Amino acid sequence: MNTQYILDLIYLIGSVTFVIGLKMLSHPDTARRGNLIACFGMTLAILGTIFIHDDEVKPIIYTLILVAIGIGTVAGWMTAKKVQMTKMPELVSIFNGMGGACAALISLIEFQHMSLEKTENSNQLFDLSKLAELFGNIGKHAEMNPTAKMSMIMAGLVIGSVSFAGSIIAWAKLNGTLNKPIRLPKYNILNTVIMIGLFVYAFCIVNGNAEGGMHVYLLFAASLIYGVLFVLPIGGADMPVVISLLNSFTGLAAACGGFMYGNKAMLTGGILVGSAGTLLTLVMCKAMNRPLYSVIFGAFGGGAAAAGGRELTGSIKEISPSDAAVLMNYSKKVIIVPGYGLAVAQAQHIIHELELILEERGVEVKYAIHPVAGRMPGHMNVLLAEANVSYDKLSEMEEINPEFATTDVVLVVGANDVVNPAAHNDPASPIFGMPILDVENAKNIIVNKRSMNAGYAGIENELFYNPKNSMLFGDAKAALSKLVAELKGM
Amino acid sequence: MNSIINFIGENLQMIYIVILMIFVGVEVIGKVPAVLHTPLMSGANAIHGVVIVGAIYVMLHTDPDNILALVLGFLAVILGTLNVVGGFVVTDRMLEMFKKKK
Repeated sequence: MNTQYILDLIYLIGSVTFVIGLKMLSHPDTARRGNLIACFGMTLAILGTIFIHDDEVKPIIYTLILVAIGIGTVAGWMTAKKVQMTKMPELVSIFNGMGGACAALISLIEFQHMSLEKTENSNQLFDLSKLAELFGNIGKHAEMNPTAKMSMIMAGLVIGSVSFAGSIIAWAKLNGTLNKPIRLPKYNILNTVIMIGLFVYAFCIVNGNAEGGMHVYLLFAASLIYGVLFVLPIGGADMPVVISLLNSFTGLAAACGGFMYGNKAMLTGGILVGSAGTLLTLVMCKAMNRPLYSVIFGAFGGGAAAAGGRELTGSIKEISPSDAAVLMNYSKKVIIVPGYGLAVAQAQHIIHELELILEERGVEVKYAIHPVAGRMPGHMNVLLAEANVSYDKLSEMEEINPEFATTDVVLVVGANDVVNPAAHNDPASPIFGMPILDVENAKNIIVNKRSMNAGYAGIENELFYNPKNSMLFGDAKAALSKLVAELKGM
Repeated sequence: MNSIINFIGENLQMIYIVILMIFVGVEVIGKVPAVLHTPLMSGANAIHGVVIVGAIYVMLHTDPDNILALVLGFLAVILGTLNVVGGFVVTDRMLEMFKKKK
């Protein structure tokens, strides 16, 4: 039996499990099993790669590989188990960056291998047997011609590095280290020029116009810088879209590696994620009603956006926790609109308690989930699931919007832009046209917010000046705890 | 022009896979409810960790005297493992919470 065939079979199984896993991940009932199936396929592919081949490998190499896997497994497992659910998006971003960096490093090593082979090759130019041996060394399934292989190496390097650097910036933005978009003057033109520059440079290296090992490291550095500059000007509100985009970038980088080695598991896995990630990015953009180019080139979240908004006048009413408790206690129907503020304050458990008390008193309680609530689509659902809020209480936007008219109280907790009526009636607003939750149709609105600061998109909200609206200031957890205490005392 | 046609000819099988996989990816994601977008992104994130296969492959074919390549390869395997293990574990944690629901 040919060892290569066994390995190919393993990769085939791996590829199939990726497709099946992703497919099962798209149904709530099968999602968890889908993840495990993909995980099984991955483990198989990794073990197969290490142990099933005819090449003679020194024990030191095996040791290094196994130690590296050991370190990665322990570190990855610990981080993933420990992280709070609110920190999820950051974590996905970091893991994504690791994948990108991995792809970039592979390219660097392959480049070095190729230049070594080239020098040996030129020394022994007419020794055909030597040449054949050299080709054998490249690997059994690497039958690509050198130019094509070099193109793949460069593509993997550039895409992987951009994904890595971008993911790190996205991570820093999400955890608040970098909380303001930083824009160099003419950043759009600058970024486009750098991007084209990267292409041209990579092309020159492939074509042999830029000889020498230095150039590849320069290209590596330039790609890293581009990744940083690409994400820096984008506002925090758009980070989920960026992470999803970078996720598909890493997929492409992995696919480049797959192409280079003729490895079909890498190719299918990479392309699958590349295309699925791109579609997911577009779905998210659609939920925010913003074309992808405006996320990348005309990011809001900073000063530029404020210029578009109208001047808002009027008075703001404040409500005390006890008044809010009375109002909700005697309501028939209450809808809760959770936003990222709730997640930041870790208030998902206390909101569930509020829901239970109100239900006990005969109040109908529902949650209205905006498609981009939280920091990623579906993030809010994950958080509420963590607090044991039952599935059927969560309503999606289209479903719940007609219900606001028959609702007595809407409680908005830490959400802002997704309930901003400017999306409907202010064409100058940067969020104009974004589908929102029509909370203003309800009889009373209570907004819990820490202060009057603008939301993540950096724009004013005229909802707060609505006569039906009252503000319950304070950290979501503290304010809701007071509210629950008041309700319990009634 | 010639080189492009040669490239396609030499790698036809791979190109077929690329194109078909693009369609599969789109089809598979197309019907996902918004609730599952975050776990799905996380799961996809774990799957592109398959890049670790490349890192292992490159290590296996590295000359033990080539220190630079060994160091870079070692790092690449660690990073790839982080991507795979972290990705799958986090996805599982998220989905575990959904499962508690009746």
